[in-house]
Amino acid sequence: MAAFELGGRSWRSRLIVGTGGFRSLEQMEVALRASGTEIVTVALRRVDPLAQGSVLEVIDRLGVFALPNTAGCYTARDAVRTARLARDAFETDWVKLEVIGDDRTLLPDAVELVDAAETLVDEGFTVLPYANDDPILARRLEDAGCAAVMPLGSPIGSGAGIRNPYNIRIIVEQAKVPVILDAGVGTASDAALAMELGCDGVLLASSVSRAEDPERMATAMRKAVESGFEARRAGRIPRRLHARASTPEDGVPELG
Amino acid sequence: MIIELNGDRVELADDARVADAVARAGGDRGPRGVAVAVDGEVVPRAAWERLKLREDQKVEVVGAIQGG
Repeated sequence: MAAFELGGRSWRSRLIVGTGGFRSLEQMEVALRASGTEIVTVALRRVDPLAQGSVLEVIDRLGVFALPNTAGCYTARDAVRTARLARDAFETDWVKLEVIGDDRTLLPDAVELVDAAETLVDEGFTVLPYANDDPILARRLEDAGCAAVMPLGSPIGSGAGIRNPYNIRIIVEQAKVPVILDAGVGTASDAALAMELGCDGVLLASSVSRAEDPERMATAMRKAVESGFEARRAGRIPRRLHARASTPEDGVPELG
Repeated sequence: MIIELNGDRVELADDARVADAVARAGGDRGPRGVAVAVDGEVVPRAAWERLKLREDQKVEVVGAIQGG
């Protein structure tokens, strides 16, 4: 796979993995290693003095980049404040910007999202916005200066795959920044499809963390992203209504 | 003085600094991964030892968790 240019840095892996949903830090570490990922997302919550072990310790041991996420924010104001906290906590300008509209669908609130994105770009953040699969929203976020656009396949944790592949194709067609499919991946074929549709990367969490065998699914996802990447560039045959024989018609013996 | 720390009303010394609130919340375990907001505004780590708290301020001490 060609190097993945994102946020002014060059990455080898096109698979970004969230740390949410793993049953234990041990399972998380093994799965993240199997995924080959170089970027993992973390969330910010009130410190728990009783917590055993730390997600950051695992991240440091793996040598991967911790991408803070404004998970749990419903307003631009909260998301901006959370991003500023994250910047201080992790000494990075990178932020995955998530501003959701309700807790049942966890769908992005586009209005608050664009507002937060504009503010954070102005403050020098490298903003990766989790967005609806809406080409107009994607363009707005790109125009606001986001480092990528991250349209969802389907709601977070739903495992429902890519509900609107046509919109994803349109977003890919018009984007001048990387497109990363983010949310809703359920299994390997969803990740491969995202790459075949032209996405530059895939961000997933639940499909791996909540799988029965997270390490095995992480391996599958790594291969799926790679295979989708190659297939996209291999020039597939078109879809036809009718058959097209692969065996020549000449030279058929008469045996009757 | 009494402040609100991570949603609970707690008592700190009258000359308590932000760093004291961080320690009280259990956020002083490492050199990174923790951030503080006082009344909604981020207080950079470099200022924790220096900045004094005032009565009734709302302090949030946050850190990384699995998620996102």
